[in-house]
Amino acid sequence: MRIAGKGLTAGAKTVSFSFNGRQLMGLEGDTLASALLANDIHLVGRSFKYHRPRGVLTAGSEEPNALVTLGSGALQDPNVRATTQELFDGLQARSQNCWPSVEHDVMAVNNLAAPFFGAGFYYKTFMWPAAMWEKLYEPMIRRAAGLGALSGEADTDLYEKAYAFCDVLVVGSGPAGLMAALTAGRAGADVLLLEEDSRMGGRLLVEQEEIDGMPALDWVDAALSELEAMENVRLMCRTSVSGAYDQGTYGALERVGHHELRQHSLKGSHRPRECFWRIAAKHCVLAAGAIERPIGFRNNDRPGVMMAGAVRAYLNRWGVAPGERVTLFTNNDDAHRTARDLVEAGVHLAAVIDSRHDAPDSDLYTVIKGAQVCDTGGGKRLESITVRSVRGEEKIQTDCLVMSGGWNPSVHLTCHLNARPSWRRDLLAFVPTPEAVPGMRAVGACNGSFSTQGALQEGAAAASAILQELELQAKDCALPVADDSPYRIAPLWAVPGKGRAWLDFQNDVTVKDVTQAATENFRSVEHMKRYTTQGMATDQGKNSNVAALAVLADVTGRSIPETGTTTFRPPFVPVALGALGAGAADQGFKPQRYLTSHAAAEERGASQLEVGLWYRAAYFPKPGESNWRQSCDREVIYVRNAVGVCDVSTLGKIDIQGPDAAKLLDFVYTNTFSTLKLGRVRYGLMLREDGFVMDDGTCARLGDSHYVMTTTTAAAGEVMAHLEFVAQALHPEWDVRFTSVTEQWAQFAVAGPKSRELLNGLLDAPIEGDAWPFMACGAVSVMGVEGRLFRISFSGEEAYELALPASYGDSLFRTLLSRAEALGGGAYGMEALNVLRIEKGFITHAEINGTVNAHDLGMKGMLSKKKAFVGQAMAHRPGLVDEDRQQMVGLKPIGAVKELSAGAHLFNPEDPVERIHDQGYVTSVGFSPLMGHMIGLGFLKRGLTRIGDEVRLVDHMRGIDTLCEVVEPVFYDPEGEKLRG
Amino acid sequence: MAELLAKTACDGLAPLTIGGLSLKETAPQVLTSLAPYRDQAQALEAALQAAHGLGFPAQGGSTRSKEARAIWFGRDLALLIGPKPDASLAQHAALTDQSAGWAVMELTGQGAEDVLARLCPVDLRLSAFAVGASLRTEAKHMMASVHRREKDSFQIMVFRSLAQTLHHDLKTAMEAWAARG
Amino acid sequence: MRITCPLCGERDRREFYYKGAALVRPAEEADLAQWDAYVNLRDNPAGPLAELWYHEMGCGSWLTVTRNTASHEILHVELASGSGLGGTP
Repeated sequence: MRIAGKGLTAGAKTVSFSFNGRQLMGLEGDTLASALLANDIHLVGRSFKYHRPRGVLTAGSEEPNALVTLGSGALQDPNVRATTQELFDGLQARSQNCWPSVEHDVMAVNNLAAPFFGAGFYYKTFMWPAAMWEKLYEPMIRRAAGLGALSGEADTDLYEKAYAFCDVLVVGSGPAGLMAALTAGRAGADVLLLEEDSRMGGRLLVEQEEIDGMPALDWVDAALSELEAMENVRLMCRTSVSGAYDQGTYGALERVGHHELRQHSLKGSHRPRECFWRIAAKHCVLAAGAIERPIGFRNNDRPGVMMAGAVRAYLNRWGVAPGERVTLFTNNDDAHRTARDLVEAGVHLAAVIDSRHDAPDSDLYTVIKGAQVCDTGGGKRLESITVRSVRGEEKIQTDCLVMSGGWNPSVHLTCHLNARPSWRRDLLAFVPTPEAVPGMRAVGACNGSFSTQGALQEGAAAASAILQELELQAKDCALPVADDSPYRIAPLWAVPGKGRAWLDFQNDVTVKDVTQAATENFRSVEHMKRYTTQGMATDQGKNSNVAALAVLADVTGRSIPETGTTTFRPPFVPVALGALGAGAADQGFKPQRYLTSHAAAEERGASQLEVGLWYRAAYFPKPGESNWRQSCDREVIYVRNAVGVCDVSTLGKIDIQGPDAAKLLDFVYTNTFSTLKLGRVRYGLMLREDGFVMDDGTCARLGDSHYVMTTTTAAAGEVMAHLEFVAQALHPEWDVRFTSVTEQWAQFAVAGPKSRELLNGLLDAPIEGDAWPFMACGAVSVMGVEGRLFRISFSGEEAYELALPASYGDSLFRTLLSRAEALGGGAYGMEALNVLRIEKGFITHAEINGTVNAHDLGMKGMLSKKKAFVGQAMAHRPGLVDEDRQQMVGLKPIGAVKELSAGAHLFNPEDPVERIHDQGYVTSVGFSPLMGHMIGLGFLKRGLTRIGDEVRLVDHMRGIDTLCEVVEPVFYDPEGEKLRG
Repeated sequence: MAELLAKTACDGLAPLTIGGLSLKETAPQVLTSLAPYRDQAQALEAALQAAHGLGFPAQGGSTRSKEARAIWFGRDLALLIGPKPDASLAQHAALTDQSAGWAVMELTGQGAEDVLARLCPVDLRLSAFAVGASLRTEAKHMMASVHRREKDSFQIMVFRSLAQTLHHDLKTAMEAWAARG
Repeated sequence: MRITCPLCGERDRREFYYKGAALVRPAEEADLAQWDAYVNLRDNPAGPLAELWYHEMGCGSWLTVTRNTASHEILHVELASGSGLGGTP
C-alpha cells in the first residue's frame, strides 16, 4: 500500500492501468511492480516448472518472478519485467504461464508432483523410445513449460540501430557513475553516460542518505544539471549495456517507446520502439552496481518474500510499504538500513532475524541474533515464517519477509571477453578482475565498494586515471562527503533443513537439485548448470548464480573460488531480435540495385529477376502471351532473326590504367593481353591460385596503357578485390590503377542480323564495311553523346555492346527499343539471354561453380605456356588434368520425357541411380525454339570422349527421369560464321 | 532525330524535409577520379594547382577552389568535383570519368550527424570528422563516401544504382530521428 | 571488433573483408609441395596470426593484420604492400 506523502512519486499525476483485466490506479513515475504493490497485489505470476505462485522479488532488471505479458496481437510483448516496465496511462498487463488464471492455475498440480520433477527429470524420463520425442515428449514439454508466448503475428514495431563513439563510456548513473562522468566531463572529455533506469541516480534514488550535507537526491539533481549543461557529455536513460566486445565495442539497448502506449508512441508512426546501439569507446567506467542475492530456505519463494534493497526502493522511491506486518532475514549490515527505513516510515516491523550472533543492535526494532528463517507459510501470499534459534522454532505471523544474503557486484560485462571474476573473502562475493576488458574500469558497488563514499571516490579516481591517458587535465574538485559505513557480512547461503529451498526462482531450481546434481557427479559448475537449468532463464541467474555455486562448493567440499563461476555471456538483459535486426526487414534486408532501364522495363510489364543485388528484366511479356516461355521464345527469335536489345550494365567494368597495366593483365588472365592490339577486345579466363576458374570476361584495349575489363555480374566485387590484391600485396612494384566504372556506363547488347542496321540509325558515324570486325572496340558518338562500342557477342549473332554514360541510359534504352521494334525485334531479358548463350555453349557462373578448371571447360588452350599467371602452378597438377574428371558437354533429350533440369544428375543408362554411379550433373538448361526442344549444359565424367553416348538424367526433386544424348556443347553455328558477320 | 535525354541518379526521388532536416540531390556535375601514378603525387599537385587552383586532398580531407572541389576518395585516390579535368593531369594520374556513376546527396540540418549514425559505422563527431573532412565507409552495406561540407551538412555518395536504397534508408532514419522529438 | 587501418584509422569490422592467413607467394618454379602449402595448408595457432584483410568499404587497402586468435587483441596492422607477400619475382 502507498504511504501518503512518501517517495519521489508523491504528488505525481495518477494514471490508470489494468492487470489481469482489473482496472487499477497508479502514479506517474511508478513501475508496474511498484503500482501493483501499491494496490496490494502480490501474486503476479506462476513459476516455470512447478507453477508456484510468485510475486515481485526485486526492483530491477534482475527480476526473476514478476514477468508479465503486455498488449495483444502483433503488439504482444511477453516476459516483460514488471520491475522495469514504466507505468503509463492505458497500460494493459497480464500474468503468464498460468491457466485459466494466475489465481487458479491448473498446472499448479505440477507442484504436487515435485518429487518427480527434480534435476535431470527430463533427461531421465524422456529417454526412450527415441521416436516418442518428436511425437509426444517434446510437444508435451513445450506445452507445459515456458513463460510468456509470442503472438505468432509479425512484429509491426519499428526498431533502429545506431552507432556511437566516445572517449569515456560510463555505465550506470549511481554515485560512482555520476562522479566519473562529472570528473571526466569537467576536464572536457567526450562522455557518454548510460542508465538502465528511466531516471538517473542509481541507488541514490532509493536511499535515505546525505552527500555533502544535503539530501542525496539534491546532489543528484545538481550533478545532472551540471552534466546536462556540458556539450561534451551525452546522457541516455532507459539504455542497458548488453555486452562488451573486442576493441572497446559495446552493445546497448535503448528502450525508446516502452514507456508509452503503443499507439501514442507512434508520432507519425515513425518512432522506434527500441534502438540497438553499437558504441565504440576509448575507455569505459563500469558503475553497474550490485545485485542482492536471496538466501535459500524452505518455501522462500512465496509472494511477499522480497529482497531488502528492493523493499528500500519501493519504500523510498515509490512510497510503497510492502506489507502491514513485516519481518526481515539477513546475514549482513546493509539489510538493517531497510529495517531502519521501514520503521522510520511507520511500517510495522515485527522482527529482524540476523543469522549472526554479533549482529548490530537497534533501538528501533527487535533483532533476533544467531537465528534463521527455516520455513514460510501461506499460499498466494506469505502468512507466516518459522524462525529457528537457540530457543527452538517459533512461528511469526507476517505478510512480507524482507531478505538479504548479501550483494553480488554486477561483474557481468567484465567477463564478456572470457575473463573470470575474483573472489573476495571479506565481501563473500566475486569482484571484477582488473584489466578483464581492456579499457574498462569497474568502480563502486560493481567493484565491491558498497559505501556511497567509496563509490564517489572510485568513480573520481577511475575518471582521473582515464583523463591522464587521454592527456586531459582533471579539474581540481573536492570529493563530496558521504556515508562510509563498512559492509559486514557472515556466510549464509542456504538454511539447512528439509523441503524445497529455492535458488533459481525463475527456473525452479532448489538447493536439493544442486545437491542431487553433485551426488550424480555433475560436480563442475558448468555441468551442474546444465543438469539443473540453474541460471538458464531470462534472468540468466543474476539472483541465483553465486548462491548456487556456493551450495555446490559446500556439497563437493571445495571452496567457492575453486568451484568457479559459469561463463558470463552477452546479453546482460534480453534483447529482442527485432532490435538486433533493426532496419533489415522488408526493403532494408539488402540494398537494391536498379538499372537505368528499370523504369522502361517496368512500363513494359517486365518480370524482374534478382541477380545478386541487381534487379534485371527476366522477360518482357506481350499481350496474348500466357506464360514466360512464350515471351522467352519470341525474344530468342528476335535475336536470331532480327535484332534484340538487352541491358548488360550489371557486368562488372573495371578501368585499368598505368604503365604496367598490360603486365598486370597478363598475370591475372591465363591468356595474354599485352599483345592485344589497340581497339580490340579479347576473351579472357581468370584462375584462382588453386587452379580453378575464378571468372571469365572480355577485356578491351582503349589505349597503350589503358584497358577496360568486364567481369561477370556475380564476380564483379570479387574480381576487383583480386586485382587490388595482386597489385597491392603481390606486385606493389607495378604502376597500375583500377577504377570501377560499372555504374558509369549504361551498356546495352544490340544483337541479331539487323543489329548493324539499328546502330547505323543512331551512330553519328555509321559502321561501314569492315570497319568494326568481330572483337573491335572504340569510341563512338551517339546522337551527339560520346560513348563506346564493342563488337562482342554472347548470343552467337552479329552483336554489339553500346555504352553511354549512365545518365543517358534510360533514354538510350527507350530509343534502342523503339528502333528494334521497327526492325521486327525488341527487348530481350535474362531468360532469352540464357537460352541464346546455352545454344552457343557460352559459360556463366552456373558452370564456373568453383569446382571446374580450364580443362573441364575445354579451354586448356587458354592456359598460356609463355608467361606466369595466377593459378598456373596448380592448374596443371595431376588431379586437375586427370582424364576421369567431369568435362563440359551439351545434352539433348532423346527419351519419352523431353524435360531437362539444372541440378539433375547423370548416370549410365544401365547403372542403378545411386550416388556411387554418379557420372555428372546438369548446370544450365533452356528451351531452344530453333531446335524445338530443351538443351542443356553439364559436366560429365570423361564427357569429351562420350559425344554421341546416351546418359540417364535424374532429378528427384522435380521428378524428372529421362534419357539424353551427349553432344558438343555448342548447339548453334559451331563455326561462328554468324557472329563474325 | 530525337535527342538523348540525360537524367540524374536521383531522378524521380523527391527531395525531403523532415523535422528540420533536408535531403536533396546536389546539382549534376563532373566527377573525375584522380589516381596518381607512382612518384607523380607532387607533379599532380602542381598540375592541379595550375589548372584548377586546388591541391590534391590529404588523407581524409578535401581541397577547394572557386569552381572546383577535390575530396579524398580512397587509397591514392581523389575525386575532382566540378570542372572537366584539364588534359595536363592525365600524364600524372589515371583519370576516370565518374560523373554518371554516383548518386550524390546532401543531408543538411541539426541532427544530420545523428541520422548518419543510423547508417554508417564511423565516428562522425565534429572532433573526429571536421568540416571539410571526407571518408569512405559503408552506409547500410553500401560502399559510400561521406564528406562534411558544413557542421550540419554532409555530402553522401553511393553508386548510382543504389540511389533509391540510400534515399529510402536516409528517409527512414530521418523520420525516426524526427519522431523522437 | 575494430581494426586500425593505417590510412583511415580505427574502423568497425563491417568495413573489412577477410581473406585468410598472410603467406608469402611461392616462386613460379617452386615445386607442387610448396604450392600445396601456400594454397591449402594452414596453421591454426592459438596466439598471434598474420591475416589479410581488405578495407573494401573504406580506402580499398589490403592489410596485413596480426591478431591474437585467443584474446582477439590486434597486435599490428600494416599495408600489405609492405609485407613482401609477393615473394621473389
